[in-house]
Amino acid sequence: MRIAVASGKGGTGKTTVATNLAASLSGAVQLLDCDVEEPNAHIFLKPENEDVQPAHTMVPAVDLEKCTCCGACDEICRFSAIAQFGKAILTFPEMCHSCEGCVMVCPADAITASTRQLGEIVRGTAGHIDLIYGRLRVGEAMSPPLIDRVLELVDPGAISIIDAPPGTSCPVIAAVRDADFVLLVTEPTPFGHNDLVLAVEAVRMLELPFGIVVNRHDAASPIIHDYAEKEGIPVMMEIPDKREIAENYARGAMMVDALPEMKEQFQALFNGIQKRINE
Amino acid sequence: MSSKELTIISGKGGTGKTSIVASLATLAENKVLVDADVDAADLHLVIAPTVKQETDFQGGSIAVIDPDQCTRCGECIERCRFDAISDNFVVDRIACEGCGVCVHFCPVDAIDFPRQICGKWYVSDTRHGTMVHARLGIAEENSGLLVSLLRKEAKNMAELNNHDLILVDGPPGIGCPVISSVTNSSAVLVISEPTMSGMHDMKRVNELATFLKVPVMFCINKYDINEDIAEEIKQYGKENNMDFVGAIPYDKEVTAAMVKQQSLVEYSDGKAARAVKDMWQAVSGILDNQHN
Repeated sequence: MRIAVASGKGGTGKTTVATNLAASLSGAVQLLDCDVEEPNAHIFLKPENEDVQPAHTMVPAVDLEKCTCCGACDEICRFSAIAQFGKAILTFPEMCHSCEGCVMVCPADAITASTRQLGEIVRGTAGHIDLIYGRLRVGEAMSPPLIDRVLELVDPGAISIIDAPPGTSCPVIAAVRDADFVLLVTEPTPFGHNDLVLAVEAVRMLELPFGIVVNRHDAASPIIHDYAEKEGIPVMMEIPDKREIAENYARGAMMVDALPEMKEQFQALFNGIQKRINE
Repeated sequence: MSSKELTIISGKGGTGKTSIVASLATLAENKVLVDADVDAADLHLVIAPTVKQETDFQGGSIAVIDPDQCTRCGECIERCRFDAISDNFVVDRIACEGCGVCVHFCPVDAIDFPRQICGKWYVSDTRHGTMVHARLGIAEENSGLLVSLLRKEAKNMAELNNHDLILVDGPPGIGCPVISSVTNSSAVLVISEPTMSGMHDMKRVNELATFLKVPVMFCINKYDINEDIAEEIKQYGKENNMDFVGAIPYDKEVTAAMVKQQSLVEYSDGKAARAVKDMWQAVSGILDNQHN
């Protein structure tokens, strides 16, 4: 079972929900942190025995002795990653989307597959949780291919919890598209509401079942509950707005360790998700 | 004299970036505003723009197979590196990268490659001057290209109207739209928060700005949530040649201002508002002394 935790707005508590949900379950649980630009789950889970592997993507390498400067590679590339300047062929690896069009089209077999490092994939364990996360190389622009690499490590027999990046564009879609259920974490502020509406549009487009978690819940600010009721979206959990929780978070502590009563609530959240998937 | 461009980023989301930009928009004179957080834009909620000009944003192309011409030979499926073409020869528009390899190799020219409208961008009037902003379509790519377009537009406008400053509200993270927001800016202002995640993320964003050779200022928002971590962040900044421009206390007035659709310094004269004003003095002092 794949559960993705997402949100339009950043900083609403995705990582808090993902890590504490994972910690509240038993059996084989995977946590896949797909916020590869700014992964944070490891700060809270403090995994042991971390194994770090570089992740690469394909970029072209041109053998200038074989190259006839016909310009076919320049013509097929839509990303300005390979270009002909008179008698020279230049490559711009950071622009390359790894479509291999230039390799396929070269009539002289002068282009071969080389690599560019996207970042790293880190694996470790924290108790019963198998943590896997991607760490985008600083300066690398493309996060979706690294997110795909993280998700290749999903174990179909386990409960897999995916911590998605913020936003609604391609990196988020890469992280959530194969999920069985999406939790949208938000907060009861105008910004939280505005970005939730965008996130709802995205999960509806992908036709995924979803529900809302309201973080920093305050009965005096019903903006999210009103919206959820109007749209017929279930509010699956409320996390109270308490300074104690914020202070714990600041230190990098798990909420279920500091406030053990929250563990039952995360278990109830999981049961609610299961029920909705089986409906 | 050409205008200065200050890009405000945070790495981590939710540190208070947009709230602070709204206040800087109130405090700074003679500037153009850019909301470069194109896939979850929020600045308009406070700044209340009146749209003067709306333009389609043309992104890349997407493959479309004409079933009447398709001979189902399978050449396209075999060549697609993004698994975007199904066994019954339909292109998944979300998975399609827009590389055009299938278009090139289709033996019967059955694949069309229309350019896509990926969103809209706007030039608006606001009570704090002109604002350039956008809305990227859901699930769209090319956010970096859209950010570059917004910044270019703002720059032209600033030169035309002799504005001294362009204020850019950047997106979270360190990927494509952030690189587009930061590249060739006069300076970056990082809004950090005193949490372990906030510190982790501000370090990565600083590494990115350093990699792009853009000078970095930083402030610590809600510094009193954890003063030990706030001190650690300050120390990190000092050791890494970042200019510290202020610490802003946690203040419920920040959310109250947002609810009233006002910037913090418009709404309140409380402790956070005063700290933001002090910070702006420090930021503008550094910008004024910069030679570029």
